[in-house]
This record gives sequence, C-alpha cells and structure tokens, in this order.
Amino acid sequence: MSQPFRTEKGGRIDRGEQLTFTFDGEEMQGHKGDTLASALLANGVHLVGRSFKYHRPRGIVTAGSEEPNALVGVYRKGDQTPNLRATQVEVYQGLEAISQNRFPSLGFDVGAVNDLLSPLFPAGFYYKTFMWPKAFWDRVYEPVIRAAAGLGKPPKNPDHDTYGNIYAHCDVLVAGSGPAGLAAAVAAAETGAKVILCDEQAEFGGSLLSDENATIDGKTPIEWVQETIAKLASMDNVTLLSRTTAFGYFAHNYIALAERVTEHLSDPDPKLPRERLWQVRAKEVVIASGAIERPIVFPENDRPGILLADAGRTYLNRYGVKVGNKVLVATACDTAWQAAFDLADHGVDVVAIADLRETPPENLVAIAQARGIRVEAGCVVTGTLGRKRVKAALLGRLMTSGQVASAGQVACDAILMSGGWTPTVSLYSQSRGKVVWDEAVGAYVPGKSVQNERSAGAAKGLYGLQATLEDGYAAGEAAANAAIGKEAKVTYAAASGGEAGQGAVLGALPHDRNASRVKAFVDYQNDVTAKDIKLAAREGMQSIEHIKRYTTTGMATDQGRLSNMNALSIASGALEKPIVDVGLTTFRLPYTPTTFGLFAGVARGDHFDPVRKTPSHDWVVANGGVYEDVGQWKRTWYFPKSGEDMHAAVARECATVRKSVGLFDASTLGKIEVVGPDAAEFLERMYTNPWKKLAPGRCRYGLLLNDAGFIVDDGVIGRLADDRFHVTTTTGGAPSVFATMEDYLQTEWPDLDVWITSTTEQYAVAAVQGPKAREVIAPFIEGIDLSAEAFPHMSVKEGTFCGVPCRLFRISFTGELGFEINVPRRHGKMMWETLAGEIEKHNGTAYGTETMHVLRAEKGYIIVGQDTDGTVTPQDAGMTWAIGKKKHDFVGKRGLERPDLVAENRKQFVGLLTKDPKVKLEEGAQITVAQNPATGTPAEGHVTSSYYSPAMGRTIALAIVKNGHALHGKSLYVPMPDGGIEVEVTSPIFFDKEGARLNV
Amino acid sequence: MLLVYCPYCQVERPETEFSCRGQAHIARPSDPAEVTDEGWVEYLYMRDNTKGVYAERWRHIHGCGRFFNAVRHTVSDDFLKFYKAGEPMPDLDELAKEAGK
Repeated sequence: MSQPFRTEKGGRIDRGEQLTFTFDGEEMQGHKGDTLASALLANGVHLVGRSFKYHRPRGIVTAGSEEPNALVGVYRKGDQTPNLRATQVEVYQGLEAISQNRFPSLGFDVGAVNDLLSPLFPAGFYYKTFMWPKAFWDRVYEPVIRAAAGLGKPPKNPDHDTYGNIYAHCDVLVAGSGPAGLAAAVAAAETGAKVILCDEQAEFGGSLLSDENATIDGKTPIEWVQETIAKLASMDNVTLLSRTTAFGYFAHNYIALAERVTEHLSDPDPKLPRERLWQVRAKEVVIASGAIERPIVFPENDRPGILLADAGRTYLNRYGVKVGNKVLVATACDTAWQAAFDLADHGVDVVAIADLRETPPENLVAIAQARGIRVEAGCVVTGTLGRKRVKAALLGRLMTSGQVASAGQVACDAILMSGGWTPTVSLYSQSRGKVVWDEAVGAYVPGKSVQNERSAGAAKGLYGLQATLEDGYAAGEAAANAAIGKEAKVTYAAASGGEAGQGAVLGALPHDRNASRVKAFVDYQNDVTAKDIKLAAREGMQSIEHIKRYTTTGMATDQGRLSNMNALSIASGALEKPIVDVGLTTFRLPYTPTTFGLFAGVARGDHFDPVRKTPSHDWVVANGGVYEDVGQWKRTWYFPKSGEDMHAAVARECATVRKSVGLFDASTLGKIEVVGPDAAEFLERMYTNPWKKLAPGRCRYGLLLNDAGFIVDDGVIGRLADDRFHVTTTTGGAPSVFATMEDYLQTEWPDLDVWITSTTEQYAVAAVQGPKAREVIAPFIEGIDLSAEAFPHMSVKEGTFCGVPCRLFRISFTGELGFEINVPRRHGKMMWETLAGEIEKHNGTAYGTETMHVLRAEKGYIIVGQDTDGTVTPQDAGMTWAIGKKKHDFVGKRGLERPDLVAENRKQFVGLLTKDPKVKLEEGAQITVAQNPATGTPAEGHVTSSYYSPAMGRTIALAIVKNGHALHGKSLYVPMPDGGIEVEVTSPIFFDKEGARLNV
Repeated sequence: MLLVYCPYCQVERPETEFSCRGQAHIARPSDPAEVTDEGWVEYLYMRDNTKGVYAERWRHIHGCGRFFNAVRHTVSDDFLKFYKAGEPMPDLDELAKEAGK
C-alpha cells in the first residue's frame, strides 16, 4: 500500500494531487503540500541519514528549519545541492533526493565502525590525536580528516541558477507568522503603516497550522489564519512573503531576508530566480519567531523514530502523517500530552505517556485515562533498542533517593519527546540585544531592546494562545505607533484552547545504565553527547565558549537552537555553577544556512567587477595584443608578432621606440582639472614643486607626498592658463589623489577658490615616443607649432588633432622625444587608429606596459608603488630637485624634517648591474653585504625593478639600498638559492644620462 | 549597514554611499614649521580609540562629495549628531547624556 502512514483525512496537504519523488533512487508518492520529511514519514521512512562523527543511523527529529539529522542532497538542473533540510524541502513531481554521509549505502555504512570505536573519539579528539609527528600533517592527518569531514558533497558544476535582489523599506517588519506574528501584522497594518510579514515556511500560520483543538473567534485556527491572511493580502500597505527567512539583523534596523522563489516548483519559469535577497530597512521590527521544543537527553535518544512531540503533532495535524503505529510519549511538559491525545484520536496506539514529573496535571491524566492511555508518572526513558528504527524503550522509575530503578521495557516504533520549550532569540541576539535568564520561564529571553525592535509571543517566553495573540496585537500596535505615530483600532481575537503548558527539564536525565557505555546525545548534528560536555568541563574548559569549541556542541547549522539549553545545563552541573554564570554563546547570522548565490546575486562573471577599457581596446584585440589587468583597467602588456614570445616582443618594441617611434595608450593615467583663481596656490600647497611661476603653456613633473613626508604619487602637470591646470596622476593613484585633494581643499583650506574635477574618463591619451615622433603626429596636428624652439620639452598647448580639439603635451616617460595627445574620449578610437596607421610608415610599433617599464627603467624614472613603498622620501629617491626650496609649506614638508627622515642609513634609490650581464635579478630579492649571509642577517635593501635592457645590451635593475647613494661603484650581493649574485651599485640612470635625446 | 545623514544633501542614505575618514577635528597646524617633532607625530598618527561617543569625519563620496562630521556611539553604532565641516565640535558628554548612553 502506498503511503501506509498517511491518515485517512485532514491536514494541509492536497490529497487530490499525487506526486512521485525518489529518495536514494527509490520511487515514492507524496502530495502537494508535503515536505520531503512528511512524505518520507508517510512512506514509513525514518532512517534518512548517518551522523557526522559516529555514522549512527539517524531519522527526522523536527518539522522545522532547526532539523539536525535529515540533511539531504537534492538534484536539480543536473547537479545536487547538499545539506538541505528535508523538513524544508517541498515535494514536487520528480523530486530527486539522496541521503548523505554513508558509504556504500544508507542501510549499510562502513563508517559506522566509528560508533564501535567511539571510545577513541572523545571530545577534543583532534587536538589530542593529530599532534605529532609534524610531517604527518600534510601527508596523513589532513587528507584523512578531509576525506572524512563534511556531510554532503559540494556541487561539481558552476551554479546554473540566478539570484535576485530587492531593496525594500517598511514601517513595520514582522518576522514570523504564528499567532503573535499574524496579530502583530494585523494590528500594524490597520494603522496604515507599511508592513512586511515574512515567514520561513511555505504557508503562513506557524504553530496554528498544527492545532486542531483550539478555536479563535469561534473558528478553527486554520480558518482564522486563512481569513487573516486574505485580509492582509487585500491591503495595499502589506507585503506578504512566505518561504522567506529573516536570516540577518544588522545595524540601524537593516534586515536581510532570503526568499526561496522557485526551488519548490517542478517546472519553474526560467525567468525567475532561484532565490531573492530582500534588503529591508524597517523603522520597527516585531520578532515573532516563536519557540522550539527541546529534545530530552536520555541514552540512545538518537534512534530513527524518535522525534520531538510537537513535530509528531505537526506531522499528524498539518501533513496527515502518523509517525508510527505504536508511539511512546516521553515528556516533562504538558504540551506533549496534547500530541498523545491527537495521535490517539487518529487511531494510533499510544503505548504510554512517560512523564518524569511525579504528579502530572490531573486533568491531563484524566483525559489520558479516558482514552485508555497508560500513564507512567515519575518515569524516564533510560535507553532504546533498534538499530535503524527504534523498536522498544527502557523505562526507569525516579526514586526519591535520586536513583533510577528499572521499570521494564515497552515496545514501540516511535517515541515523541518533549523537554519543554526554548524561545527563539536568534534575531534578537543578532540585533545585538543581550538575552537575560528568566527563572520563571526557565530560559533565556530577550532583554532590553538596543534597536527599534520588540519580540512578541513565544519568542519572548510567553506561551498560551490567548496570551500570545494579545501580545502580538500589542506589539504590532506599539511598533506602528513608534514608526508612524498612529494608534491602531483593531479588535483582538479571542481564543479558547491552546493553553500554555507547564513543566520542563534541562540537561541529561538520570538513568540506571553503565554511564561509560551509553551515549545520550545533546547535539545530534555534531554527535556531541552529555559525556563529551562533562569531559570538556573536567579537562578545564570553564567558559561555555570554550566548551562549545572543544566539543563542537551548538556549532551545527541550527547554531544550537535545539541543543544549547541542554548543553548549558550539563555544563552548569559539571562546573558546579548556576546556568546564568556559565553564559550563553551568541547567535550569529545567518539564522539558517544561506546560499552563496543569494549573497552574490548578479555580481558574478562579467558583472563581478567593472572592466575599464581604453579606446584602443578593439584595435589591440584585432592586432593580437596581450592584456594585463591593472586594477579594473585592461592595459596592453605587449604586442607579439607571430612567433614572438614576450621577451622577443618587448625587446623589439624597446629597440623600435629608441630607433624610430612607438605608440602607447596612456588613457588610463589619472587626470584632474584644477581650476580657479587660487589654482596655482592650491598646487603649490599640495605638491613639492613650485607652481606659481610656471608659465601657461609649460608643464612640470609633480611629486606628491603625504604629510608624513613619503612619496604617494607623481605625474606631469601642465598649466593651460593662469587659472587652469591639467594634472595627471598614476593609473592606480587617481581616485586617492583626487580624494586627498578634495580633503585638503574642503577641510583645511576652504578659503581657496579652486574647483577640481576628475577628467580621467573624459580624455583618450596616445603617447607617441621616439626620434620620429614629431614626424608621426605632424600631419594631424593643427594650431600648434611643433618645432623644438616653439614647443620645447615640457610644453603643453591646445590645438586640434584631425580637426578634433586636443591638448598636446610634449613630455616623455621613455627618455625619447615624446608627445602625449589628449582628445575627447569619443574620438580616442579614431586617434589611435590614425596614429597606428601612421607609425607603420615610419617602421614604428605599438608598445605595451612592459616596454614602457623597461624604457623608463633605462632612464631611472621611478614608478610609485613599485620602486617606492610608502616609506620612501624624495631624498631617498634622489629627487630633491623636485622640491621647491623656497616654499614655506607644502604637504609633507614638515614631515620631511622629522628626525627619522633625515637620519643616516636610510634606504636610497640606486641602480644595480649584475657582474654577469646575462643574469637578471628577481624583483623583490633581498640585498646583502655578504655573498652567502647567515640565516637571519638583515637585508640592506631589495630589488624593486629588474629587466633585460635592449638599449644597454644587458640586464639592469633598480633597488632601494641602505645608504645607496654613497655606495655607487661598490659591490653587494643578492642571495638566491643557488648562491649570492654579485651586483655593482650604480646611478639609477643607465641610458642617455645627459638627456640629450629629449631635447631634439 | 549604517544609515548616514548627509547634512549638505539633507538626506539619509546607506553607508555604501559614504566613506568614513577617521577622527574629526584634527586640524592641520596652520604653520607646520612651528610645530615640534613630537607635535607633528601627534598630528600625524595619534588618534583616540574611544569606546563610546566619538566625533568622526565622513564624506558623501558617492553623493555630493562633501566632507562632514558625525558623532557616533562606537558600541551601539547609533549616530547622535551630523554637522557640516567647519562647525564646532558639539559637547560629546552632553550628547551622550541626552541619548542616555
């Protein structure tokens, strides 16, 4: 018979719609409205996984997102998503799910040997075992641990799904749609406040969906939920989000919601995302996250078939599924009795209610007796039998002495347990609120609000349907009033039934078994037993934070929502301290596991980071140029001709520039327009160099320091008019230089009348460099006399290039005659292609950043950030010439006079020539006095740049070396694995020391 | 993510539009040449690391671009005041008292 554990009628499932799914390849039936867990239980399947450490057979324990055991993989779009909670996976036609952490099969798992060997795996096992020898870590321990670690297997393919993102604002966000949440949403919505109600489940209603006995305003709970939701749905000011988990509560009432949009559908619209991230800024938040039931810690409390009592009731009433045919209810709390009664009313044989309390409430006992249910008071479960499914329970009688006497064995195929309830304070805790211990509730409850939030109902330890509803209404009213200042006019619904249950137990129960032989689990997912926690305390762990990390209790995906209170209680006993003094670990986000895809959203692939392309991009691609990434920029590295490797291409490009001409895309350089009556005064204060006397039409190399005196950027600055400068910066430094300028201008010198504008993206820049540069550009330039006399080195003028306005600089970063042409960005492609065609006629070449680096190194020009590292001053760099001697102040001037910066023995910028001209040094290599220094010898400096120089016919290098300026001509060594390389310290200028080639 | 109010734009915007630039009211000495070495190091590097009410600089970098100041409680992240650059530092103790921090 299909679905042998399905009830005849009732529940929220659609019995008319039969769905086929598979679990570990076996085909089964379920209904629309089922979760995978409820459908498996309907088919009589309790064994769904193997535990993490001991590989013990495990079954479904809960009916919610806190499920520790029933973690499954689900196949979708050709790959599987691991570690989904079967209690949250909705059944659809064709669902394919698999169990995890078993080999070769769920029924027969070789890893289960760990359970027999468990005395070898106590708490802190890793710390104690894998200590030595050190060499074993790489080859033995780590591979073995990695192979055994984890539950599911990660997906193999890139994520096929898409993920959406929504920003939302509301007056009141209500998290949770049980009685308190619904009441709060109604009360808030009635004021006209903009309300978002979210719930992690597929259907709104929370605990009301599992309650068949209570009434609200004379209706069944389901009817009341449906009416309430219909009413909310009809209101324009309300947004209802089911399947939506509030997983993170951040500063200033910023809450992140994960909406599962299509994962429950068999054949979703491909245009819809798998999940949607809601980033909500709420004026007020009502946390109505409810409470979850606690397991009881008795020996062998982890066998398949042992569930929480409320989960048993939920499966029965909401999903129409009986968890077993012969059910034992083990409890310390009244609420589990209702589960027993509901089961009995559906024809299930409730073999006994074992309540550890000596005198359970008489009315409950009377109802049980009326149904013929055996009641055992003062009775605990002391063990269970059955390997893949519980088949019997051992009972024990609590004696006044504190001892337990055996009370026989009872056959059963399921046990429902309840140790009482724990308020779900996760979101409150994430809001940075501090929970407080409430002795009356026997739990931690939310303390003072630190953000604009309030908890309502069971989330704050308030139980009973009527009280919860009232608290929800009040919370909704208060939240709306705080958010928009309006009073609500809502009539409170009146409930009957659903009374608050009394009774609870914390910690491990006493039993009559051999304590060293039995396992009573506290944290199912991490296989932590009561024994482990006691051991941790014995071994010196005093704080719950330490016990948590040593035993891993509470480190499961539910963050200990199920296990923390029992663990705390056991620790409290072992440490002989009251619970409040043991402390509680902090609940952190996410509330439930959240996909990486949700966080990434659309920011992946091409959308991960912007790509900045220069106007030459298409031409470079067509001509085989090789790119390098410089920040977000694509810059051409080199232009290989067929058969050339990088070395050959760069050597050819370098030689061609020196011999005839080269074309380089300099568009990435930062550009800042500095304008205003005080523009010169502003630059005078910012840069080391003098600017006031620079004539319009001239440019100057500018060096920028920070106020500590260190070089932070450089670039050529041209004066276009008395009140207008064209500033260039390094490619990488552009944003920070601009920000620094704004900072000084706005906050230190607001009196200066200057405007600055970033124009990096406004200009395309082509550098034409080499002896034939003038001939190359001359045909296209109008309005500027290019002769050496009229337009000498370090000039700037405005004219036209092919009729397009241009700013023409005569400057050089190669040591050759050079021009940089700036045209409006939209004309950059035309300019590049025009010049690329023209240089062909002169046997010239396009060149990339590598050649640019070599050519400038031959001239000893620094690259800020490569040859300097934030600790290099102008003196260190040999650039005192760049400092305006007569200036009273500029950024960095006072810093340069600090004792450390004028001290002897500073590292200084030099050239290095290897004794063997073929040997190329490694950039970053250390420099020492001795050829083979002893380990630990401090370095004298390091190599900052190193290249093969075609112009010199040998290798060259730049370095910073202690007292380097005084060491020219001396030998030092660069120690490498094969021995120290002898180098001679030289001037950093290798080529054309007089600069004759610039002035032609 | 914090909500920051720009006193120039007079709007509240998420933190991602802004950049925080550290302690406020650290003025660059008007005549650095007159400052001792110790004084200059103080200006360059020494900053308060307050647990509690703290005045800091913010810039509406992806908005108007202006620098302004804010008083923030470094534990709760609550902002107690936003004010334009150049305005005097408010009495932090007084602000803390008003906010009950």
